[in-house]
Amino acid sequence: MPLLDRTGLRDDIWVRSEDGASGAEHVIVGFAYLDAALAGNGRGRKIGVAIANDVKASALEPYLEQVELISIAFPNYGDGRGFSIAKQLRALGFKGVLRAHGPLIADQFAYALDCGFDEIDLPDSVALRQPIEQWLAMAGTISHTYQRGYGAQNILDARRAARTTV
Amino acid sequence: MYRYDEFDARFVRERVAQFRAQVARRLDGSLTEDEFKPLRLKNGVYLQLHAYMLRIAVPYGTLSSRQLRQLALIGEKFDRGYGHFTTRTNMQFNWPRLRDVPEILDLLADVEMHCIQTSGNCIRNVTADHFAGIAANEVEDPRPTAELVRQWSSLHPEFDYLPRKFKIAVTGDARDRAVVKAHDIGLRILRSKDGEVGYEVMVGGGLGRTPMIAKTIRDFLPKKDLLAYLEAILRVYNLEGRRDNKYKARVKILVHEIGAEEFARQVEEEFAKLDGPSIAADAQEVARIAAYFAPPAYETLPARSLAFEAAKNENRAFATWASVNLFPHRVPGYAAATISLKAIGEAPGDITSDQMRAVADLAERYSFDEMRITHAQNVVLPYVKKDDLFAVWEGLVAAGLATANAGLITDIIACPGLDFCSLATARSIPIAQALAHRFGDEKRQLDIGELNIKISGCINACGHHHVGHIGILGLEKSGQESYQITLGGDATETAAIGERLGPGLAADDVPDAIERIVNVYLARRTSGETFIEAVRRLGLEPFKTAFQEKTHAAA
Ligand code: SF4
Repeated sequence: MPLLDRTGLRDDIWVRSEDGASGAEHVIVGFAYLDAALAGNGRGRKIGVAIANDVKASALEPYLEQVELISIAFPNYGDGRGFSIAKQLRALGFKGVLRAHGPLIADQFAYALDCGFDEIDLPDSVALRQPIEQWLAMAGTISHTYQRGYGAQNILDARRAARTTV
Repeated sequence: MYRYDEFDARFVRERVAQFRAQVARRLDGSLTEDEFKPLRLKNGVYLQLHAYMLRIAVPYGTLSSRQLRQLALIGEKFDRGYGHFTTRTNMQFNWPRLRDVPEILDLLADVEMHCIQTSGNCIRNVTADHFAGIAANEVEDPRPTAELVRQWSSLHPEFDYLPRKFKIAVTGDARDRAVVKAHDIGLRILRSKDGEVGYEVMVGGGLGRTPMIAKTIRDFLPKKDLLAYLEAILRVYNLEGRRDNKYKARVKILVHEIGAEEFARQVEEEFAKLDGPSIAADAQEVARIAAYFAPPAYETLPARSLAFEAAKNENRAFATWASVNLFPHRVPGYAAATISLKAIGEAPGDITSDQMRAVADLAERYSFDEMRITHAQNVVLPYVKKDDLFAVWEGLVAAGLATANAGLITDIIACPGLDFCSLATARSIPIAQALAHRFGDEKRQLDIGELNIKISGCINACGHHHVGHIGILGLEKSGQESYQITLGGDATETAAIGERLGPGLAADDVPDAIERIVNVYLARRTSGETFIEAVRRLGLEPFKTAFQEKTHAAA
């Protein structure tokens, strides 16, 4: 499964292991196993957690300082719940890595980044049709958007800046 | 009206380039048909029965002459010389080719227009009262709010893949002409006891398969909190709205299932977490937008126009048109004139390219270059001097647009139905045409008075049949078109869903059935009582009885 971020393709240092049984240094466990993984983490492994997109951001609140990565599932590109969960996790102060996991399309890359995601873990089936060049190109097609508080440069603040410099 | 600044212009151009690239990526196989579909829909491109259909946004129904002329050109160059106005004040072209769409989008961008989010599971084109800035009792022009919401909702990173479509309407008047209670969010601008201007926020209205009247979840929202509050509503909906069943995915179902109180609680909880000032447009930005909607340079005129009175005395047809199609203007000496796109025998909402140019010329000359499109699929010239009304009317007569039926029984709302729409279960345009012929006699229409008939060609209710005084829904029963008639719907501030009168009818029987209903009204009305008032007073029974005589006779 290719992993990409706003700079291009990346190597994935994380290993998915639902119950945390993997001995890897960076392990992404299922939400149900998170408590156990954290409790048994005597040797300083890095722990990430994978959640479905019907998990409430507030349920993760107690863990935000303890996990390094949260992977949010996108069952299909039409299901936009993950965008809101990412936005809420950032609002709650999560500073770690936010990963979108599932068959997003390149046309959604900018939205994902703006909502607070860092990277996309993409199935091969999509990556084969939509190589990294498309993702990087689509990320930059709209230079300014209208919403404040989302990642991209926004028109409202640009207008304000233009007013004050005149 | 609003004009694009450099940022708006660049945004729309970038969107056109993006769509061009998306079409290319569909053609080279990067995008599957399934992946491409939401992208084209969010650019207003539908696949219809015979061809692609392109839906162009007319935000809050306001158009300039230059824009309408461009639509005329597009209609000529890429369609069959006409366009169609919808109940969401958009314009649809029914015959463009997919490969021409990027070029059409460029032509639209040239006149500050676009097709962004006229379809798809996202926040749709925002609508508003078509008499904004004209109605006497308006608290505030709703269009600056609508424009702010248009911008905020455009390509929203978080809310472009919602469970289902999402429609927002704004009114600035207690008299609701924008059907706000049939929208996912309805905003009514009002003044609090201490004189502060804000919004009543209504959520969960909608027609379609499960019609619902919106519920108020906030009696008064300060203006500065609007965008944060909308963000909170949309977030709750995006996270909690059903995605397991397309027919249960609208916010109205969520509001219905968890209750308006619980929905409001969740919204308030999310809203409380947000940092409003970091989301809101600053006061200068709000003022910048509002300035575009400042009143035009009205002349100081006497309320009574001698020229207008004289013309009415001399010309009966003009007098009739003036008595039916004018709306009182808050400024003395002016009127708002409704141009009916419901000529007897024509498809409701259709307008030819030549007619578009004629209307654009009249607007330029007599109405400060501005028009409004109404949800009833008509056009309004908002600022006509009474002195000029006769000249305007003569221009309309020449263009075949002087039908005197605004608000009358032949001012029928009808969706495209089975003649164009791939979702349709029955035709709607021919039903509208048959009814218009049946009731087309001018004396008779005037005698019947205000009566809204609304027709949809399937359960999706684009023709708003639920809120028609008389609603007609075309269904399919064992291979035959079958029309359900409802009575008592109301699209205004007293919004109500009409009730079914009985079993479905064959297309040919619809005019007789409607006539029977109307005859009950004519026989039993008290002096000055309108149709809908009589229905409310008499109840459904007498109408049902007359209607069922008809169905029995037909059986
Ligand atoms: S009501 Fe049905 S037939 Fe009519 S336009 Fe809407 S989807 Fe098509």
